[in-house]
Amino acid sequence: MALLEVNNLTIVFGGLHAVDDFSLKIEKGQLYGLIGPNGAGKTTCFNMLTGVYKPTGGRIILDGEEITGKSTIEINKKGIARTFQNIRLFHNMTVLDNVKIGLNNQKKYSVAEGIFRLPRYFKAEKEMDEKAISLLSVFDLDKEKDILASNLPYGKQRKLEIARALATNPKLLLLDEPAAGMNPNETAELMKTIRFVRDKFNMTILLIEHDMKLVSGICEEITVLNFGKELTHGETSKVLNNPEVIKAYLGE
Amino acid sequence: MKKLLNRKNIISILMAILVYVLITCLVSSGILSRHYQSLLVPVGINIILAVSLNLTVGFLGELTLGHAGFMSVGAYAGCIFSIYSNLPVYIELPLSLIIGGLVAALFGVIIGIPALRLKGDYLAIVTLAFGEIIRSVFTNLEITGGAGGLKGIDKTSNYTIVYIIAIITIIVISNLVRSRHGRAICAIRDNIIAAESVGINVVYHKLLAFVIAAFFAGVAGVLYGQNLGILKPSTFDFNKSIEILVIVVLGGMGSIAGSIISAVIITLLPEVLRGLADYRMLIYAVVLIAMMILNSSPKFAEFKQEVVHKLKGNKVGEGKEEGDGSIRG
Repeated sequence: MALLEVNNLTIVFGGLHAVDDFSLKIEKGQLYGLIGPNGAGKTTCFNMLTGVYKPTGGRIILDGEEITGKSTIEINKKGIARTFQNIRLFHNMTVLDNVKIGLNNQKKYSVAEGIFRLPRYFKAEKEMDEKAISLLSVFDLDKEKDILASNLPYGKQRKLEIARALATNPKLLLLDEPAAGMNPNETAELMKTIRFVRDKFNMTILLIEHDMKLVSGICEEITVLNFGKELTHGETSKVLNNPEVIKAYLGE
Repeated sequence: MKKLLNRKNIISILMAILVYVLITCLVSSGILSRHYQSLLVPVGINIILAVSLNLTVGFLGELTLGHAGFMSVGAYAGCIFSIYSNLPVYIELPLSLIIGGLVAALFGVIIGIPALRLKGDYLAIVTLAFGEIIRSVFTNLEITGGAGGLKGIDKTSNYTIVYIIAIITIIVISNLVRSRHGRAICAIRDNIIAAESVGINVVYHKLLAFVIAAFFAGVAGVLYGQNLGILKPSTFDFNKSIEILVIVVLGGMGSIAGSIISAVIITLLPEVLRGLADYRMLIYAVVLIAMMILNSSPKFAEFKQEVVHKLKGNKVGEGKEEGDGSIRG
């Protein structure tokens, strides 16, 4: 059974069919790409998958459970975590706290236990610290754990966002243009990191990307969107050589 | 228990005791004039109000203008209770404080559930309206004594009690801020969409901050009433809310230490300037403007940071990892 199954997903804004009849199937452990020209509806798809937008029609099934139309918070608890196209970190908080926010729903204690510093507080905080630092060290960020997130260089902010998403212990990780604004070296490093995350956490990853080097380098399968509709899908190398896809990107 | 007794906490406790002993000495030796003695309680009350408002304005990042409203709700509830009950003081006082706080918190829930759906200016206007409505309700109710005010409240609170409550407020709020709930509150301030995407329950945490702030505002109100012996609805007007907001903004959003210092300054400033007679309010306004400009200048922020670093370096030594969220920026 597929980890994520999307059937005939549609969303209409006024008269605009931003995403029309979109279907997708991702197996567990797969690295899947979603590509398409600007305005094709890729981020809208992500927003529907994570509950930011409520789809007008269609179904989303995660690990055998229907999650269509659920709230962002519920969907995150069910196991989808994401990063954003324009980085959305908690800027005025430390790098460590950013990751600890992701752990907020796993290591719990009550408000009173927090205020009166009861034993559960210390226990949970210690576990959180350890878990967060081990996650940060995966991304080579553990040395910067005490600085403010806004003071990190751009590439590391992207990594921190992934670390934060992973902290929520997801089944499926959605990356929205992870390589945007990176230079070729950083992109190459990012590819390594994404592959590493997949292998180490046995993670399923769906990513949106414009950088074809990254897409052809790590994605096993891709779906191409154009004007809200699926153009084609299949094995990466075949799809990227499809004349229709080239036409959609470059024009005639 | 061991974890609670780290160096930083011990130093804080010693500081708190030292300040108290200092004040007591000044009072009993008569160095502090009667006039200044009477200001000790308002200073403490403003500290409680500012620190609690900082939770919603500074840490949650929502502008609310109804803090005086919550203060008045708590004040009337607690003081009416203390008038009609005939318990010994050591039971009545804490009980009336708790009742005042809880009633204010209850109003916080009632106002918060619809109001916190709004953002920015809209929330500010709704909370402002709440403050005004509650004031006119108290002006027209019989049990609150109407516009003439609620009289005959036992004068049970003094600066010692206010001092203790202020310390408790500071501990509770700063502990809350440095717990998982506090982190969630700060995350909502920094980026609400990202907070939702990592599973933070935005409604719950907003309400939590709002209600806890209201609780302490209510407690401060009871202390105020029991110190003065009379409550007038006109005390809790829009200006009072603004005054607290000014304290918070001047002290720095999200800085508890800043709120405390600025509460002391703002409360004492008009009194210190009393000698200037007619020019008092003019000078007060000019000083406020000057402090705001100074406080927002990057050079001064750097200077503050240096001072904080030095203090931390000398006093706390190894710079305990617990971090001090209270002294930021």
